[in-house]
Amino acid sequence: MSDVTGNGKFLVGIYDDDDVVLKAVRDVKDAGVRIHEVYTPFPIHGLDIALGHPRSRLGIAAFLFALSGTSTALLLTAYMESFDWPMIVGGKDSYSIIVYVPIIFELTVLFCALGMVGTFIVSNGLGPTVKPLMYDLRTTDNKFAMAIDMSKNNLGEGDVERILKNSGAAEVNVKQF
Amino acid sequence: MSHVTSAVRTPLVTGGKTYADVTEDISRQVEGSPTREWTIAFTISVIVLLYGTACVFWTWWEGLGVWGLNKTVGWAWDITNFVWWVGIGHAGTLISAILLLFRQKWRTAVNRAAEAMTIFAVLCAASFILMHMGRPWLAYWALPLPNTFGSLWVNFKSPLVWDVFAISTYFTVSLVFWYMGLLPDLATIRDRARSKVSRYIYGAFSLGWNGSAKTWARYEYMSLILAGLSTPLVLSVHTIVSMDFATSVIPGWHTTIFPPYFVAGAIFSGFAMVQNLMLIIRVVFKLEDYITVEHIESMNKVITLTGSIVGVAYLTEFFIAWYSGVEFESYAFINRATGPYWWAYAAMMTCNVISPQLFWSRTIRRSIVWTFVLSVIVNIGMWFERFVIIVTSLHRDYLPSSWAMFHPTLFDISDYIFSFGLFFTLFLLFAKFLPVVNMAEVKAIIKSSSEKLPVSVSGVAKGERVTNPTFNKDAE
Repeated sequence: MSDVTGNGKFLVGIYDDDDVVLKAVRDVKDAGVRIHEVYTPFPIHGLDIALGHPRSRLGIAAFLFALSGTSTALLLTAYMESFDWPMIVGGKDSYSIIVYVPIIFELTVLFCALGMVGTFIVSNGLGPTVKPLMYDLRTTDNKFAMAIDMSKNNLGEGDVERILKNSGAAEVNVKQF
Repeated sequence: MSHVTSAVRTPLVTGGKTYADVTEDISRQVEGSPTREWTIAFTISVIVLLYGTACVFWTWWEGLGVWGLNKTVGWAWDITNFVWWVGIGHAGTLISAILLLFRQKWRTAVNRAAEAMTIFAVLCAASFILMHMGRPWLAYWALPLPNTFGSLWVNFKSPLVWDVFAISTYFTVSLVFWYMGLLPDLATIRDRARSKVSRYIYGAFSLGWNGSAKTWARYEYMSLILAGLSTPLVLSVHTIVSMDFATSVIPGWHTTIFPPYFVAGAIFSGFAMVQNLMLIIRVVFKLEDYITVEHIESMNKVITLTGSIVGVAYLTEFFIAWYSGVEFESYAFINRATGPYWWAYAAMMTCNVISPQLFWSRTIRRSIVWTFVLSVIVNIGMWFERFVIIVTSLHRDYLPSSWAMFHPTLFDISDYIFSFGLFFTLFLLFAKFLPVVNMAEVKAIIKSSSEKLPVSVSGVAKGERVTNPTFNKDAE
């Protein structure tokens, strides 16, 4: 994950509660601080919107992968059963789309699921050898961390720390990458 | 969180758990050394698996003649076991996908283990497909590969080929869904790990998960789409399995009721298996606060519903056999109920039609002992259902001179035992090395669905910086 720029110095506000951190995102933004990202142990609905993250386009990817599955199945069955070696089984036409519905459905689902999950892994920069940048190890347990990239903010460290504390942060730590 | 939960709803997490408690309670068994109970259970499973593996190899070495199959009954325990295991798998997907779409919060405590059960059950089912091929090294002939042995491709009009696609897609998608659900929890274990080895292993499997808001947003989006895909997928799998029978011309198989009837039966038996596993897990791993009587009751309601659908299907089949006026069809059903296999039919009817109706009683539905016993009975009944459908339909065919009985041999039985060894070995490994309850999902529902105690879920005492100490938002 190459989302660290500049000197890589971060102020990390640690929050105890999901509702507090959700409200804090608005407060901190209103105070004029640019938030790098918020790290949480579970999904908080509305947090991505509060942070201004764009809506995920995974659905588009999923749809395209699904389409590729459908067309693969159509081509596969048409080529094998009607073109390469036409077969009439059970009195059905060599190409009878109804009997291929199960194959078409299964390949659509398979391509869609694998393609979407692959896209998810790639777009989030995940992988077995990836070392995650953990702003605080407790964010996978019970704490919520708001990371502020100091290189992208004009405010001083003291000011940011005060704003974070006022928004409900239990502690504010410095993290250098 | 943002969901409003009625105050009259009974809590899904009891004991006033905080976020940290959830992590602690569920990670405990992953991080500690194996308990005595686990070691004993695992040893037994591995011994059973080894014995079963030896028998399966002998089956392959000698050929399928070691089974009790004959010229008339060409499918018996192999396909019975296959359908039984695939059916059991269905509950996991129902819990993880369909209940997600229906926003049923109680699924969060059981979905992880139920999905694991799905994956292992499908593996067991697949092992019977390999076994009944007799020559498993030629299993790839079922795939649409350029055929260098003749000039043909696989027959895409055959339900058996549909089944190859359905089962393999089902297995792959279930595995991926399950693994994606594991990522946040693997990261939790990684960040708590003390030893270098476990930090490395859980780190590699958690794929560098860091729980950023952006990742979570995409993750939730992906889970929703995967649930949307898995819902028709799970219904398609048993539909296609039922078509292995329904598209044939064997009396007793050739019925249009098969797809919905098979799907209901699959969910029915799957939930019974989930109950059996969960009732053991909650006691052994001390998770009574997460898998509560509420969860057990909810699952029993699903068992009653699907059991009733199965019961109606049995009666409908019988009625239609008479009403159709087809004498072969009528005979097949009279033979099922009163012929030489009447005992299998009686076992099926008692276990599947009568026993789930006991759950109409609230006391029985909420009793752990009753639930466990009835779940075992349901699974026995569902095994007999498949046996009845397969063997009693085949053993007396159109030609009375070829009528025969099926007698299982030691290898029929041992190969079935093999699947239990495989299933429990895998399930016990899962229960030891992976968190059996989805920690992230339980944490996400804890505020709205937990027992209300005067301490906030973040573990901070009332009045200290926490805006919402009773975490009962709708009451405010």
